[in-house]
Amino acid sequence: MMGWVNLISLLAMALAMAIMLGRLFAGPTLYDRVLAANSFGTKTVLLLLIFSLLVGRADGVDIALLYALINFVATIAILKFFRYRSLEVALAQMSLRRAIDGDDE
Amino acid sequence: MIYGVSLSLVLALLWWVLSGYDKTILLSFGAISVIITMVLVFRMRILDRETAPFYRLHTLVPYYIWLGGEIAKSNVAVLKAALKPEIDITPRLVRVPVQAETDLSRCVFANSITLTPGTVTIEIEDDAFLVHALDSAFTSPDGFAEMNQNASRATDGVPS
Amino acid sequence: MMDALSLVRDFVSIAFMAVGIVFVLAGAIGVVRLPDFYTRMHAAGVTDTLGAEMIVFGLMIQAGFTLLSAKLLLVGFILFLTSPTATHAVANAAHRAGLNPLLSRHQPPHPGDDPEGGAKP
Repeated sequence: MMGWVNLISLLAMALAMAIMLGRLFAGPTLYDRVLAANSFGTKTVLLLLIFSLLVGRADGVDIALLYALINFVATIAILKFFRYRSLEVALAQMSLRRAIDGDDE
Repeated sequence: MIYGVSLSLVLALLWWVLSGYDKTILLSFGAISVIITMVLVFRMRILDRETAPFYRLHTLVPYYIWLGGEIAKSNVAVLKAALKPEIDITPRLVRVPVQAETDLSRCVFANSITLTPGTVTIEIEDDAFLVHALDSAFTSPDGFAEMNQNASRATDGVPS
Repeated sequence: MMDALSLVRDFVSIAFMAVGIVFVLAGAIGVVRLPDFYTRMHAAGVTDTLGAEMIVFGLMIQAGFTLLSAKLLLVGFILFLTSPTATHAVANAAHRAGLNPLLSRHQPPHPGDDPEGGAKP
């Protein structure tokens, strides 16, 4: 019985990922896309967890753990790249000066 | 010293959960890696109450259980707002005053605001947070004050 | 006796996972439907907090008291810690880049310090 439950959960998670993919392609701003990518990654972690219990192999949980960490780091890296490369240089300089002065919270 | 002991216990537990070995030779490898990590941590001098906040677990755990109840309540509210046939939301941008003794307390409070769906901290200022709320139902000052008080009691031990 | 116990465990697990899936799907629908970046962020938060944690708890109940369950708890803990940080990072980057939120009244982008200022239109 739990196999069926897990299969249905897997399909529902895939449906949610497909909906989120729509926002990822349609998003008007960059930040919509980053948000959708981050949320997509969270759903991928959940899908991996459900899948590893569905097929009964515990290895998927380790992969899901790594994926959760990489998803977080990737989101931060994308944001940092777009903030310091092509957005407003003045903001970057201000933030750098604050970091050097040491009063950054 | 208590930070070092608690951090090494947590690291050992983490190693064991992630590997799951029970042979003596492999467990000794784990002990060696924990010792190397602790030596590096002591040489870097980064061990303080923020990197090892485990000694406040007896107040942090009840705080996060209370926060779980708040998260569940506001989750249902956001769910209703998102699934209504016609969308009638009133997004707000409010400035929430913060009273916190330490950085850890501010961090826990900002994290709690963001964890609660419907409110997200978007900017951290000196004595206030700029919070975006999905609906004006989420922006009652009493709720924020109560959360601030509970957070600072859980991290610093004193209600501010 | 053992059979009844495992049946109860299955039903509790199914209940947790059903609630989690409802929240995840509602979050995805909300991300598509809501009108503005800042409001979509809240809908994504529904998925990341309660939906993910409920599914992880349901799977933990299925796995029983094993090492697998401890790993699932670790995944849930990491999601619980990282998702608000990522949400705050995206929101803060959007705000710093000058993306103005769609507010319900014609307020300035940096409103005054009055949280309850004025009535709804």
